Amino acid sequence: MSTNPKPIAAPGGDAPLRTPTNYQTRAMRLNSARRYLMNHLVTVLAVLSTVAVVVPLVAIFAYLLYKGASSLNLAFFTHIPAPVGEPGGGMANSIVGSAIVLALASSMGVPVGIAAGVYLAEYGRGKMLAMAVRFTADVLNGIPSIVMGIAAYSLIVMRQMHFSAFSGGVALAIMMVPTITRTTEEMLMTVPHAIREAALGLGVPKWRTVVSVSLRTASPGIITGCMLAFARVAGETAPLLFTAFGNQFWSFKLNEPIAALPLQIYVYAISPYDEWHRLAWAGALVLILMIMVSVTLVRIYAARGILKGAS
Amino acid sequence: MGVGIDVEHLNAWYGTNHTLQDINLSIPANHATALIGPSGCGKSTFVRCLNRMHETNPIARATGVVKMGELDIYKDASPVDIRRRVGMVFQRPNPFPTMSIYDNVASGLKLNGFRNKAILDETVERSLKAAALWEEVKDDLKKKSGASLSGGQQQRMCIARALAVDPEVLLMDEPASALDPVSTSKIEDLIFQLKSQYTIVIVTHNMQQAARVAENTGFFLNGKMVEFNSTDKIFTMPSDKRTEDYITGRFG
Amino acid sequence: MSIEREPEPSSPPTAPSTQMAAMPLHAPAIVNFVAAAEPVAQNGPPSPIRQFLSKRGNGALADNAFAAAMLVCALSIFAIVLFILTILIARSRLSLAQFGFGFFTRSAWDPVSGDFGALPFIFGTLATSLLALAMAVPLALGVAVFLSELCPARLRAPISFLTELLAAIPSVVYGLWAVFVLVPIMRDQLGPWLYKVLGWTGFFEGYNFGVGLLTASIILAIMILPIISSITRDIMQAVPVSQREAVLALGATRWEMIRTGVLRNARIGIVGAVILGLGRALGETMAVTMVIGNHPVISKSLFAPGYTLASVIANEFTEATGDLYLSALIEIGLALFLVTIVVNAIARALVWAVTRGAPARSI
Repeated sequence: MSTNPKPIAAPGGDAPLRTPTNYQTRAMRLNSARRYLMNHLVTVLAVLSTVAVVVPLVAIFAYLLYKGASSLNLAFFTHIPAPVGEPGGGMANSIVGSAIVLALASSMGVPVGIAAGVYLAEYGRGKMLAMAVRFTADVLNGIPSIVMGIAAYSLIVMRQMHFSAFSGGVALAIMMVPTITRTTEEMLMTVPHAIREAALGLGVPKWRTVVSVSLRTASPGIITGCMLAFARVAGETAPLLFTAFGNQFWSFKLNEPIAALPLQIYVYAISPYDEWHRLAWAGALVLILMIMVSVTLVRIYAARGILKGAS
Repeated sequence: MGVGIDVEHLNAWYGTNHTLQDINLSIPANHATALIGPSGCGKSTFVRCLNRMHETNPIARATGVVKMGELDIYKDASPVDIRRRVGMVFQRPNPFPTMSIYDNVASGLKLNGFRNKAILDETVERSLKAAALWEEVKDDLKKKSGASLSGGQQQRMCIARALAVDPEVLLMDEPASALDPVSTSKIEDLIFQLKSQYTIVIVTHNMQQAARVAENTGFFLNGKMVEFNSTDKIFTMPSDKRTEDYITGRFG
Repeated sequence: MSIEREPEPSSPPTAPSTQMAAMPLHAPAIVNFVAAAEPVAQNGPPSPIRQFLSKRGNGALADNAFAAAMLVCALSIFAIVLFILTILIARSRLSLAQFGFGFFTRSAWDPVSGDFGALPFIFGTLATSLLALAMAVPLALGVAVFLSELCPARLRAPISFLTELLAAIPSVVYGLWAVFVLVPIMRDQLGPWLYKVLGWTGFFEGYNFGVGLLTASIILAIMILPIISSITRDIMQAVPVSQREAVLALGATRWEMIRTGVLRNARIGIVGAVILGLGRALGETMAVTMVIGNHPVISKSLFAPGYTLASVIANEFTEATGDLYLSALIEIGLALFLVTIVVNAIARALVWAVTRGAPARSI
């Protein structure tokens, strides 16, 4: 390995020039090679891990589609479960029940969550209280959902001596609040301070600045956060195990046990009956599709909310 | 039309940092006043005290009297009222990214509840013309987002936005420092045209800009106002040695 | 306020300094708009805009009310935690009184005789969670790095969408799949292979029915992976481009740019993402319940069935006969609550200590 490249004659003649690109010691060359090798290695690893992630997903989806699609028929969406051993029947009451419980939960959880996030990002910055709230919200996010179920059980079910859709809604709402709070706060923090100043400088009151500038600018992200929280609780089974409890029949009352799709899937999945397994797959497919649709809808809505022509 | 601003014994702090020390000056109405000085001398803090933006920072504090005409802006009015009368253009353009050009310029009115569409249209057009941006954007007013313009255009749009609320005073904190020379000269022309209608206070670290645009100039150094006089005097016959040192480029 | 437009067409407002129209001396409620478009003489009435704005309130009342409402909602987070804590303690008082702290160091679970001890569940929870984390974190980081730095633009959207969907799949669906797909694979293919290759470690002894600690760990790993990865990705993308460009401008390779320009800035968030993954793993109920075997034993073999804190509650809560039984289950819930709080709190504190004064993002 030559470290003395052919000297280039200087314009004036005499002493040869060494240009920097030709001047490399052996150590520098080895180092370069090592660095590039590392670069390629990491690329390979990253691609491999992506493949390792995508494969189970596709596998799960494909299997779900395969098993579930064959069981989906109109009866699934319109009938309630048939008695054990009898074919047919559907999970219509579970779908409706889930919708009811989720609506309850969202109506309680979303406003509180967004408001708390607004407090953290707009009013509490730097304050000790805000730090404590943020910390607590993060910790609350990590608490298992079944604990929320126990809490709602103790608060409502034990008092009322019966299971209810309302208690299920409360359990899910408690789960939504910290998630939405943090995503709202994070999204609001990405709003540049300069545009808040711009609004304040125009004589816009602070509350209006928060609503029409901060929230509006961050709204795609905030909505995405809410929907993701929604999708997360839509599939939750554990908190409903002893609050909503499940119901084999139609129920629209908030004070009675109510069926929920994930609950029903669980019950069917661990049962010994093939017919119920079939329904479980179908139910799982419907649940996944519902969640996928809502996540995708949110993406589309969020993208449309940003003006065309904006970078 | 503009009003004059009288400042008496203004002191400002950021936390424990005594940023402005006993500033006294009178900014005349319908003229452009430039504030020059080296970086960190408190010029920006000063103008932010004039529209009470200084206090939006939780660790900021100010004492003293600032009068707009007869009104003590700290005692007799709320910050919101003051900011509607004293507009501000910031160092870096800060258009609202989710709003169209039209909505950006009209934001000062719309966000304060103004609804009359005809007047909004008229105001947006007038402000954009006053900011010398109308011709460039008139076809895309509602189609393009405020953030999709170039830097110079964005800053002129921010000027139009500030003008749309019809302020009496316009504060400009180094409005052209982040811009290319062509945009800078456009903005200087703008200021020249606007100053008969508004009272303009422009902070600049570019002395030539001050000389071109302003009738009066104040020289700030280390939180104190060293000298305030007509621009001619400041640049040709400064009475303080420190001013002379700064003008001749000995520091800053 | 009413403002009437002048009937004749208005001349386009030219540079104001060239026109100084005189305003009528009285200040009418209906202001001639065109005249007001031109500059108002100094002693004339203010323009309609100035009139409007000066009459407009400064919003102090709305400001205070709004701020108070936001504060109350923020405080509700404290309220929720306190509420859960107090109610869990209250309802587990019976069991606390009976067993004391020994509840967590004993390995009993006999509802018939009323003897309860939670050690097996603690073991099951920790073993599955830590194993799942070990499997998931490297993969998750790899995916995040790939998606945010290496991925060709066209692939980025679909793949990131896929990982988001992975995060959205409910636990019970994972469990369903695990029961009917993963368990047979474990029983028939993966298990024997592991025994052949790694049996010498002693972790793969005993009968392999497909359900057990390892299966539960695998499904857990699959479940927490997308969360860690997508949060990491979000954070990596939030690192400003200027940081990356600065490192590249110094002559770094792409990996070095990622390492120093992005990961170093993002490490706070990455640690946080991993912790969130752990937290989810600790409390994961449904999928684990369906494949862990639900047998309260502590064992070295990964093929053996186990039982986690969350699973025992899920399985036995509605069947609990007797106040002591229920109280014991609620005490397990309390243990789960405290364990996850402590883990999350310690981790958050660690993150804060490591990153004190060094924000990951600059706005």
